[in-house]
Amino acid sequence: MLIIVCPFCGKRPEIEFTYGGQAHITRPERPSELDDQAWAEFLYMRSNTKGIHAERWRHARGCGRFFNALRDTTTDHFVATYRIDEPQPQIEQPAEPVPPP
Amino acid sequence: MSVLRTPGGGRVDRERSLQFNFDGKAYAALQGDTLASGLLANGVHLVGRSFKYHRPRGILSAGAEEPNALVTVNPGAPRDTPNVLATQVELYPGLRAISQHRWPSLQYDVGRVNDALSAFFPAGFYYKTFKWPQRAWKSVYEPAIRRAAGLGRAPATADPDRYAQRYAHCDTLVVGAGPAGIAAALAAADAGARVMLCDEQSEMGGSLLAETMARIDGVPALDWALRALATLAGNPRVTLLTRTTAFGYFPHNLLGLNQRLGDHRADPDPGQPRQRLWMVRARQVVLATGAIERPLVFPGNDRPGILLAGAARTYLNRYGVKVGVRVVVVTATDAAYQTALDLHAAGVAVAAIADVRAQPVGVLPDAVSRAGIEIMPAATVLGTRGDRRVSEISLGRVQGGMVRPAARLACDAVLMSGGYTPSVHLFSQSRGKLVWNESLLAFVPGLSAECERSAGACRGVGDLTAALEDGAAAGLAAAPDPVRGSWRPLPEAGTTGGCGWLGALPQPQTTATDKAFVDWQHDVTTRDLALAAREGFRSIEHVKRYTTTGMATDQGKTSNLNALSIVASGLGVPISQVGLTTFRMPYTPVPFGSFAGTSRGALFDPVRRTPMHHWAQARGAVFENVGLWKRARYFPRAGEDMHAAVARECRAVRSACGIFDATTLGKIEVVGADAVEFMNRLYVNSWTNLAVGRSRYGILLREDGFVYDDGVVARTAADRFHVTTTTGGAPRVLAMMEDYRQTEWPQLKVWLTSTTEQWAVIAVQGPNARRVIAPLVEGIDLGASALPHMAVARGRICGAPLLLFRVSFTGELGYEINVPADFGATVWEAVHAAGQAHGMTVYGTETMHVLRAEKGYIIVGQDTDGTVTPDDAGLSWAIGKSKADFVGKRSLERASMRAPTRKQLVGLRSRDGRTVLDEGAQIAALPGQQPPMQLIGHVTSSYYSAALDHPIALALVAGGRTRLGQTLYVPMPRGEIEVEVTPPVFYDPKGERLNA
Repeated sequence: MLIIVCPFCGKRPEIEFTYGGQAHITRPERPSELDDQAWAEFLYMRSNTKGIHAERWRHARGCGRFFNALRDTTTDHFVATYRIDEPQPQIEQPAEPVPPP
Repeated sequence: MSVLRTPGGGRVDRERSLQFNFDGKAYAALQGDTLASGLLANGVHLVGRSFKYHRPRGILSAGAEEPNALVTVNPGAPRDTPNVLATQVELYPGLRAISQHRWPSLQYDVGRVNDALSAFFPAGFYYKTFKWPQRAWKSVYEPAIRRAAGLGRAPATADPDRYAQRYAHCDTLVVGAGPAGIAAALAAADAGARVMLCDEQSEMGGSLLAETMARIDGVPALDWALRALATLAGNPRVTLLTRTTAFGYFPHNLLGLNQRLGDHRADPDPGQPRQRLWMVRARQVVLATGAIERPLVFPGNDRPGILLAGAARTYLNRYGVKVGVRVVVVTATDAAYQTALDLHAAGVAVAAIADVRAQPVGVLPDAVSRAGIEIMPAATVLGTRGDRRVSEISLGRVQGGMVRPAARLACDAVLMSGGYTPSVHLFSQSRGKLVWNESLLAFVPGLSAECERSAGACRGVGDLTAALEDGAAAGLAAAPDPVRGSWRPLPEAGTTGGCGWLGALPQPQTTATDKAFVDWQHDVTTRDLALAAREGFRSIEHVKRYTTTGMATDQGKTSNLNALSIVASGLGVPISQVGLTTFRMPYTPVPFGSFAGTSRGALFDPVRRTPMHHWAQARGAVFENVGLWKRARYFPRAGEDMHAAVARECRAVRSACGIFDATTLGKIEVVGADAVEFMNRLYVNSWTNLAVGRSRYGILLREDGFVYDDGVVARTAADRFHVTTTTGGAPRVLAMMEDYRQTEWPQLKVWLTSTTEQWAVIAVQGPNARRVIAPLVEGIDLGASALPHMAVARGRICGAPLLLFRVSFTGELGYEINVPADFGATVWEAVHAAGQAHGMTVYGTETMHVLRAEKGYIIVGQDTDGTVTPDDAGLSWAIGKSKADFVGKRSLERASMRAPTRKQLVGLRSRDGRTVLDEGAQIAALPGQQPPMQLIGHVTSSYYSAALDHPIALALVAGGRTRLGQTLYVPMPRGEIEVEVTPPVFYDPKGERLNA
């Protein structure tokens, strides 16, 4: 079980959180103006990153807030968490294992 | 006392003898013995039959790696535990155990015929043989194979014990309390760390418990270890856990430990759990899990009496038990020489040391020679003899690439040592990368994925001096403040040499007659592995699954590396290229009870009950689970089955009135200046022109256009909606609402609150509904024009604040009385009492389902399945046509979402007027088809309608609305059922009763 740092509540165990899919995908302002291809891109296409992946999490059994996280998909380790109105931090894969938060 | 018991020494209590029972026979042993050492002290080696060939098997090891000695403890008693290792069962007075997997008895097993017929049981035998006829697999082959090949039997009664779970946190978790682990714990504790040290055995000390020669800090090594452990025990920042197996390594340095608290006691403390599962989060982990001695692979290497040399030394020095009176040592390491010396000193005849190395030299071989024990270099083993115990070994000599017979030696035990395999299980589980070390002939930890370090023999540092220093360095580095640490070990230890052997020992060109086992527990031989390589298996993962090597409960602890070596040489590639199979948790089996902890019985899952639950229970309601809710399904009267009860309840609602607990409906309050805008964007409906005091049937789609949830939505104020959801859908609807509110439209001024449990909801349905509630309701005009269908009003009832909905899920005149949950039970009883004069009957969810199906009202999740659009369900009338956007709208515009051939909701009527279709049954357009047949839909809901006196069903059928009046066919095992396609509304299609 992971420890996830909620940007609002701090360190909490994984069971308090729900996963919310890839981050930084914005719903189009006017979906009706998109052709089928563009709509399908938004709706279905997701990256399958090996390494640092930006994704949404929700502290569902805590403050209830959505936030974004950078997670290393090769180790499951969270590298950073940040509010959804913040830009994605530029963080590289750590060269050495880091202790649990 | 047995001649096999030494006069003194070891860790057993000579003053406390005890009796135990194995396979119905009583034996004597000492306190401190394991079941294995107790049996060996009585000369019993034969403890089981092998998995496939039913060959007699003995105790191979002295620890967690044991592949043979699986037994059932306490058979038929409360703590009936199958498949435990005799090497890990601590004896207590009166312990009963039985061998497994033998019939009729351990001594005479009829399955032994498999061994004689083994030419017919090669690798992949099951895959190749039991293929035809297909149906025989389930009825004939599988039950027969399971009977023949099964391990112990699962206990038939419930586990009477209590299991506990707890979390713990520490700076440094040290796994394994051998020399490296103790040194690591001392160093970390000295540097101020909060340390946890766990060890799977009954006593800490690891290999030092069987060490007689080495000295540390000027005292015998074991004395040093006991002193060190006492120091650690006296440190309040250190936690010592014996009988505690670290079985799993999970991300972020979370380790699962299973502690056995009661299994070793004749009278367990009733105040203590039997076992305790620890979930330990450590900042740093030191793995000091040691190494496992490797068997040698030679023909007939599985006879009882043939065991690992290190195990024989452990039995002698720790338990005071000689494994035989005349032994032969076969070795590829120096370590076995120490075993030979110890046994020799204890009066055991060592017939010879057969060393597979060409020129064994060094301190230990010299000492052995001085003791007068013959050393045979460049040796190999050609075979063994003996029925249920080894009685003779045939040795050969390898010279110039040729193998020649050298000697036949009588013996009652053969001790083998093929080298040491580092226990990298936990390291590998942590996703660390293993690297092949050619000089050690072993995979050792390479790059770490977690904050952990391995120390000692588990990373190939097997020499005691080096292991102590390695452990201390690891412990210091794993402390939060290494600068504070100063402790260093002062070892002056003897050394145990390296070297070793992988794969099969050399054999003459002629095929050996007896099997050479690689995996004892799954009966995998050198021939099986060679066959797999010949048959084209290249990946070790495939070889593993084909031959089942390493797949038994011991997970290949003794076999993996030998198997790998044989496969590599069969493929002609280096071991490093073949790679290693994945290590998975648990390291050794953990009982389900530990994982379940207190989550059993009533505590297995939380239960949600409505305020009216006890009323329903008192009236004999039959409940069903809906999510975590308990819902009353029907209220049978004396002599009624479900069918009769439901028919009566249905008739009562249609003819008079019924009362129904609808409390479990999900409820969400949507509030704020932008509440209308928010609802417009989310639901398909238009909400702008919904007046305050009115409600509407709302549909929520996912962004892909498919129905996600539905429910009545009331506007209770200009800026406030009372949204109801399906019972099971409430959490996910709120989560979806929160998602859009927080992440897509954070600028909207809207707040969401779950109010599901704040309201009790009492549905009063039927022609008499108004008459029942009118005397109770205050402040609301119930007249048909003042409060028409879908109107909502606030008032009071029985002194409680009331939010009254005029809604109907039955097609009858209906009200839903919403009162604060605390008033639920009293209002319910008042309404029920008032209803008695009007023929009121309580009804449950089953009747609710029948009544709604008669009206063609869908249940999301039953009549929809995540691929149904509003139009498929016949609900396109609900969509706000003028809205530019709502969630799912763009997806509905795709051509395939509008195709006329989509499955559409229709009604079905059995042509025979009596057959109730099975829900989920498939539907065909043409009669008399044979599989594979063309199917055009399926039944989603099906009931017997009491009001109509014939069965009704709802179904999703391709192009269904163009098929009204057609005959379709429902193929069932008992024959085809003809059905007529009808509109989905069976009862009162004009809705006159609703608007009464």
